[in-house]
Amino acid sequence: MGTLEVRNLVKEFRLGHGLRRSRLRAVDDVSFTLEAGKTVALVGESGSGKSTVARTLARLETPTSGEIMLDGRSVSGSRSALRAYRHDVQMVFQDPFASLNPFHTVAHHLERPLQLHGVARGRDAVAEHTRALLERVSLTPAEVYAAKRPHEMSGGQRQRVAIARALAPGARFLVADEPVSMLDVSIRLGVLNLLARLQREENLGVLYITHDLATARHFSDEILVMYRGEVVERGPSDQVILDPQHDYTKTLLAAAPDPARHGRLRDEVRAELAGERA
Amino acid sequence: MTVPVLSAKGVSIEYRTTPVVRAVRDVSLTLHRGEILGLAGESGCGKTTFAYGLTRLLKSPAVLTSGEVLFHDRVGGDVDVAALDGEALRAFRWDKVSMVFQGAMNSLNPVITVRAQIDDVLTTHRPGMSRAERAGRAAELLGLVGVDPARLDSYAHQLSGGMRQRVMIAMALALNPQVMIMDEPTTALDVVVQRGILREIMRLREQFGFAVVFITHDLPLLLEISDRIAVMLEGEIVELDTAENIYERPQHAYTRRLLESFPSLVGERGGFVRSGAAAGESGTGHAPGSDADAGPGAAPADSADSAADTTIEGTA
Repeated sequence: MGTLEVRNLVKEFRLGHGLRRSRLRAVDDVSFTLEAGKTVALVGESGSGKSTVARTLARLETPTSGEIMLDGRSVSGSRSALRAYRHDVQMVFQDPFASLNPFHTVAHHLERPLQLHGVARGRDAVAEHTRALLERVSLTPAEVYAAKRPHEMSGGQRQRVAIARALAPGARFLVADEPVSMLDVSIRLGVLNLLARLQREENLGVLYITHDLATARHFSDEILVMYRGEVVERGPSDQVILDPQHDYTKTLLAAAPDPARHGRLRDEVRAELAGERA
Repeated sequence: MTVPVLSAKGVSIEYRTTPVVRAVRDVSLTLHRGEILGLAGESGCGKTTFAYGLTRLLKSPAVLTSGEVLFHDRVGGDVDVAALDGEALRAFRWDKVSMVFQGAMNSLNPVITVRAQIDDVLTTHRPGMSRAERAGRAAELLGLVGVDPARLDSYAHQLSGGMRQRVMIAMALALNPQVMIMDEPTTALDVVVQRGILREIMRLREQFGFAVVFITHDLPLLLEISDRIAVMLEGEIVELDTAENIYERPQHAYTRRLLESFPSLVGERGGFVRSGAAAGESGTGHAPGSDADAGPGAAPADSADSAADTTIEGTA
């Protein structure tokens, strides 16, 4: 059983220069633990700091203070420590159109991390690993997809390649920053189900960052609600959604469209206007 | 009560590329005065192309190959939109039917102020208005959409995404159009901001009585705001009914599949969730290739996305 733990994470950005210098605290004292085989959802509006948490966890940003612990050991900032850390923790980005290189084939995208992280050596072993990765993300027949370039695939297929690439170094934890928000609705569930299957069958720990409360509820064990850099509410996913405590969580929930409440907004507005006229 | 304001009969639109893409196929639709008509469907189903056809905004290689679009003016007779030309077309656009474009956040001109952009609409279409009248109208418009009129002298980059979107809606309202076509007007926005803007649109609709064609792939959102919803698949409207019927009694397999793509926020945790059981069922009912980006120049049909995964998940 592995754990990825974040303790008192703070990330500040410097703004301006000279006399107009100021600091923006994007993440303010955030702590949580991601366990193997579990999914934690991080929800909040744009600018709430959820992507900064993701980028810091993937060590694309250096924390201002606080600790990241992998299996109970603190991760230092040295090159070798970061390289080792990235064997285990990988990121899936929001935009599968921007995160794959249009000049390279799918095979190239998967072979590079396999070689760089020393997972496979020799042409045959690399090819075999590549095929296995594609099968794990349901891109079959693997030979066909391996030869494709990003523009020959749909958004959902590209995101599957991005997931396979994240798995290539042997990652045990995935940080998925809005992995389906750029995809068509009918494809979203397929990609989320893939992440859920990997989490279940391969004991993957997933940090699922989203602003979609409905999928956060259904695809995660625990939900953290972020607002202005702080976690304002956390708990088992059903509890947070069905019995929200914090005002901000309630606002988010009230704003989320729900198909079961069709006609709600129209009727509310009519009632309001009728009230104003009276 | 149900007086038509815009009607399309047998509209077909092709992209004259090689091979020819039939983006809209024989679509007939009547928009009633003051109603909100939702147009749902995924990328590449032809919904934006159809909207452009309604407003004569199609650009080569897109061609309206058959069908007619009639605008039933509040005063005066019917206008054959497809036959409009030159000055008549220029006068028709924006005045009768205005549009809030997809990615409206980036449709404002970055090098002139909000005031100059609203002014441009008014000087073009209402040459009789004095400078003072135009200034008054511009301030009034921003007030209507809930933006401080002090922002008239701002440039686009000085406004937040939600404010830019509101300014776009103000511009679409400028000439009191009878129809507003909104193409994914809130997609890039946060849920909280999105809700504020939708609320504003609904209020303005009640106040001014314009009809709205609201285009999005977000079916739960459409269910909340629309009077009727048309579901589009591969260039055709496969189902058109009231929001209530679409939700309670969907007839077409594709409508059911779209509905199942959205887990309910507070309802039961459906069987499809994480086990993928219901998604597997819904995967059997949809038309082949319907989940592909079937737009012009797009990728070949996507077989892996729904089919492969749902079978695997279904057996799990």
